[in-house]
Formats: sequence, C-alpha cells, structure tokens
Amino acid sequence: MALIQNNVCWGTPGDNILDYVLGWARKYSIFMYPFVTACCGMEYMSVASSHYDIDRFGAGLPRFSPRQADVLMVVGTVNNKLAPILKNVYDQMAEPKWVISFGACASVGGPYDNYAVLQGIDRVVPVDIYIPGCPPRPEVVLDGLMKLQRKIQEQKHEI
Amino acid sequence: MNSVELISALTTSLTYPDLLFIVDKDIAVVAIPASKVADLATELKTRPEFAFDMLTDLTAVDWLGKQTPRFEVVYHFYSTSHNHRLRVKAAVDEGQPVPSLTKLYSIANWFEREVWDLYGIKFARHPNLKRILLYEEFKGHPLRKDYPYDKRQPLEPETWPVRELQVQMEEGRKIHRP
Ligand code: SF4
Repeated sequence: MALIQNNVCWGTPGDNILDYVLGWARKYSIFMYPFVTACCGMEYMSVASSHYDIDRFGAGLPRFSPRQADVLMVVGTVNNKLAPILKNVYDQMAEPKWVISFGACASVGGPYDNYAVLQGIDRVVPVDIYIPGCPPRPEVVLDGLMKLQRKIQEQKHEI
Repeated sequence: MNSVELISALTTSLTYPDLLFIVDKDIAVVAIPASKVADLATELKTRPEFAFDMLTDLTAVDWLGKQTPRFEVVYHFYSTSHNHRLRVKAAVDEGQPVPSLTKLYSIANWFEREVWDLYGIKFARHPNLKRILLYEEFKGHPLRKDYPYDKRQPLEPETWPVRELQVQMEEGRKIHRP
C-alpha cells in the first residue's frame, strides 16, 4: 500500500512497519555509483550539479567504489568488452542494490546496432528503471529517480 | 620536396615494374603490388634523398564488388628531415599475405595487428599477429563489407538473464536477497 501525492510516494505503514521504515530510509539516502562511459555523461553532470540538483532527492553523493554504493547508474554505451566489467561492478555492490539504465544506449544499444556494442545492459545485469532518450533530459532523469524511490518505498526489505 | 618533385624523383630512381604514380589532392601516391611493399619501404627509408623515417598510418580498404583485387592496404609515410609525405597503396587479394614492415618501423606491429583484426589481411613474418582491439573469441572480421552489421557473436549474451526481479515484480513486491 502506498499513498501517492503529486507523484511523490509517501507510503503508508501497511502490514509491515519495518518495510515502511526501511523503505523510507533507503529511498532518501541513495548513494549512486555512476558508471559513465559516453556522451550521456554530460547529461548526468547536468543532473548532478546545482541547476537540477539531484541532492534534493537524497542522491547527491556519488560513491566511486561499488562497495559503498547502492544504486548502479549505467550512463552511456556499454560495449561487449566492457560487459564483464559491468557485471563485476554489479557483483561487488552490497545488497540492497538497484540499477538504473540511463539513456537509449544502456537500455537497448541505442543507435549502435553493430558488432561492438552490447544491445542493452539488461543482458548482463537486472535493471530496475530504464530512462529513455538520447541523451535523456534532466527532467526525465529526475522522474526516473522518483520512480525508483517509489519502487524502493513499496518493496519488501530485509535487514 | 613538394609532391610533384617527389613523384618525378621517385619515377627516375625506382626501378620496379607495375608502379603507378599519381598526385592526388597534393599528396604523392604510389600504387604497387603487395609483394613489393617491403622492398619499396626499405628503399624509401634508407635512401637519403627520400628518408621516409616515419610511418604515420597504415590501414586498409575493402572494395568488395567494385575492384579486383579486393583489398587495398594503404600506407602513409612521412619524412621528418625533408618534411614530405607519400601514400603507398598495395592491392591484395583475399588470403594473400602482405610482407610485414615491423622490421623497418616498429609502429607497424600494432597497425598490422589492427588491419588483421578488422579486415583479416595476413602479414607475412609479423612477430605476433593476433587480434588487438577485439577479443580472441570473435568470429570474422567486422570491417569487411560482407560482414552483416547486426551479426551477433557467440559470446554475446543473446537472451536476457533469468529475471528474478521481473518475476518478483509481477508478484507485486520485490524482495532483495532471495
Ligand atoms: S543514448 Fe545517445 S547520448 Fe546517451 S550515450 Fe548513447 S548515443 Fe550518447
């Protein structure tokens, strides 16, 4: 059960108060691991800096070690030689963890239907949120982030 | 020397048969059968009036269906002492080896590996002719014109992995750590 107002998920303490409290805590303390490989990185920088200010959503501090991060944000083109590294980074992250696929390239390979590019990171790691666009507008990224927060709020949590 | 002077100097001093000299947009071009490339390069490098001591580029062109022989290996030489440039085009058929220039120019080592990797042109007497950009298990040579652009390789994950998360989402709530 979740109460949604103005596209913000407030949640309601349903049958399990622990889920509610942990979900609330985790959705507002997202530490992202930006896996930035290509031009979408410009848009990521724009989202992260003061104009769009991702810090309003509690996701302001990128961690550059996968062991300290809980959202893997794959930003840009991932090619076949990079795919095992992406998998490795995902495996090194501690639970609970989520994955955002940022942009057309990370989601489906984008304009590159060729021998070198992985046709979507969901062939390698499980993805929670896909953000469309080439590159996505910062507003869409914020929308994706809010959708992820709603997802975190609504899901079951374990300690 | 400018390109025209270079061409006339080359014409008078080189004695190979089947040599073709052109000036193409201000650069001197020499077309030569692939088997003669190493001899020509030795001469270009050692003779003091040419002194081509730098190999700036080595690449290939696939003329599938437009030209025979099918491939053309293109060399760009530069002389740091005379400040002149020369392009050498060596026509080569599929499967026919080209003499390697690694003895003369060490940069040719990686250039030739790249051409082998992407076009599948063999270089004779290359010390370490294996893939440089792509991975060992790659099948085929992707810059050939008959390589399908959307061909998938055996190691590429073709199907989606077991999507535990999706199943859980269909059940309504997602649980981490199964
Ligand atoms: S989706 Fe577009 S902008 Fe983003 S990495 Fe791919 S090509 Fe670049």
